[in-house]
Amino acid sequence: MKSELILKKGHELRALLDSGEVSSVEVTQAFLDRIDAVDGKINAFLTVTADLALEQAAAADKRIKEGHASPLTGIPVGLKDLLVTKGVRTTCASKILENFIPPYDGTVVAKLREAGAVFTGKLNMDEFAMGSSNENSAFGAVKNPWDLDRVPGGSSGGSAASVAALEVPIALGSDTGGSIREPASFCGIVGVKPTYGRVSRYGLIAFASSLDQIGPMTRDVKDAALVLDGICGHDPKDSTSVLKESTDFAGALSSGIRGVRIGVPKEYFVEGLDPEIERAVKGAISKLEELGAEVKEVSLPHTEYAVAVYYLLATAEASSNLARFDSVRYTTRVDGSDLIDTYKKTRAAGFGEEVKRRIMLGTYALSAGYYDAYYRRAQRVRTLIARDFDEAFKEVDVICSPTVASVAFKHGDKTSDPLEMYLSDIFTIPLNLAGLPGLSMPCGFSSDGMPIGLQMMAGPFREEVLLKTAYAFEEATDFSRVPGL
Amino acid sequence: MKISKEEVEHVASLARLEFSAVEIETFASQLSSILEYVEKMGELDLAGVEPMAHVHEIVNAFRDDVVAPGLTNEEALMNAPYPEDGCYRVAKVIEGE
Repeated sequence: MKSELILKKGHELRALLDSGEVSSVEVTQAFLDRIDAVDGKINAFLTVTADLALEQAAAADKRIKEGHASPLTGIPVGLKDLLVTKGVRTTCASKILENFIPPYDGTVVAKLREAGAVFTGKLNMDEFAMGSSNENSAFGAVKNPWDLDRVPGGSSGGSAASVAALEVPIALGSDTGGSIREPASFCGIVGVKPTYGRVSRYGLIAFASSLDQIGPMTRDVKDAALVLDGICGHDPKDSTSVLKESTDFAGALSSGIRGVRIGVPKEYFVEGLDPEIERAVKGAISKLEELGAEVKEVSLPHTEYAVAVYYLLATAEASSNLARFDSVRYTTRVDGSDLIDTYKKTRAAGFGEEVKRRIMLGTYALSAGYYDAYYRRAQRVRTLIARDFDEAFKEVDVICSPTVASVAFKHGDKTSDPLEMYLSDIFTIPLNLAGLPGLSMPCGFSSDGMPIGLQMMAGPFREEVLLKTAYAFEEATDFSRVPGL
Repeated sequence: MKISKEEVEHVASLARLEFSAVEIETFASQLSSILEYVEKMGELDLAGVEPMAHVHEIVNAFRDDVVAPGLTNEEALMNAPYPEDGCYRVAKVIEGE
């Protein structure tokens, strides 16, 4: 029984906990044992908080016995290491925050803590969430549990790999240009990026504030819906979080998709798309049609400009956000000849190469003489990209596409050319620029056994139709599998 | 758009970063190729297109001016490399004495 527990999804564990068949302490110990057994191979965890987890599990057991458990009470959850956790080291996978112990919880962390979730640890990522392969971590790359020679995707690579490797049933990631969906696709799990403003960003260490959003990474759609119900909502501490009535995504999953209008964007099925992926995604769309959805072609004509826009706007915002790492408040200090020199020496020693590259690009795009040609122009093209979606969502409810044009690539394949790495986000970036909700879920396997991801996107605050469509597909198919490790 | 080594040095200084000669060379070439790629935005006619800073139309969100609990002085300083007398210690920035 104990070793089987790690195979259970969150909602299945819920049922076992509520019936008293197992305790949260037993569940938590089973996942901690799994981390011990396999994390040496995949490097998904930066910090394992076993003592904290067992303490929270014991408290959860008491709460369950008293009869006031919530859906996540007693369930282990892993947190991407850019979510600040009171008293638990939070590094952003950067040397510059190697010893940072936050004095407070981010809002999402506080919500999960109140719900009685069990925190088993902090998950590896690309430094400051900048990367598509998790090779930019200052604490070592994460390996893909399906093939240790391949990347798990990024930046939430630790979150995706830990869920796929059964080290946690549920993890949280964050998505600025695809950082939840791309690794979910590469690791064969479900990852949801909510509408911008759905989830509070308070206590999420900022990369690009107009794009960042926290979301769940899980083994099925139902768990994703349950986590979203637990973390969505307005927060006075994040003025960009939006006032909306509380959600019941989990309750609306099984209402069926008869009459749901599915759009297929022609700009996402172009040269360079792996034919195996095209076949799997088109097969998934046919399946949705079989289940009662209506399918039609749509056009998102400015897709090809999204990467250019993103790498100017996201880096500009990052160059400003990362100015706070100044050796005064929360970093180690490397002393220089004066204050400015101290800043430079501290930052040169603390940031990794990709982070520096993006700070440089963003600073350049914002600097005098180039602001209009780069930053301002990118903001205007962003308007066109958002309008593409506005138009498309007048015609359809959900847009389906591949999440990434390839399956997970090998370590080192794209590290020498930053632009080639950036282009792997071409299908995920437009959604962030438009602030819309989307997800990736497994829809097949390549001939060499790697998972293929299906991306679904919806209009603003239409997570309900997104999740019920994903749920219908998942119920009708069998692509959620577990890698042999 | 080719970016020169001098420009890389200037931007590095604005960004409070410093690099070795080799790194500057690498950045000059990488940033040039990225900037060349983003030039494709120039193909578009943007007449009359407003810039988008944010997806939602958000106005300033004010809260009532009442005292709410926040971090204590001790908590605020707990990650500072050189705290002193309840303050952050930094190098002198004002010339003369």
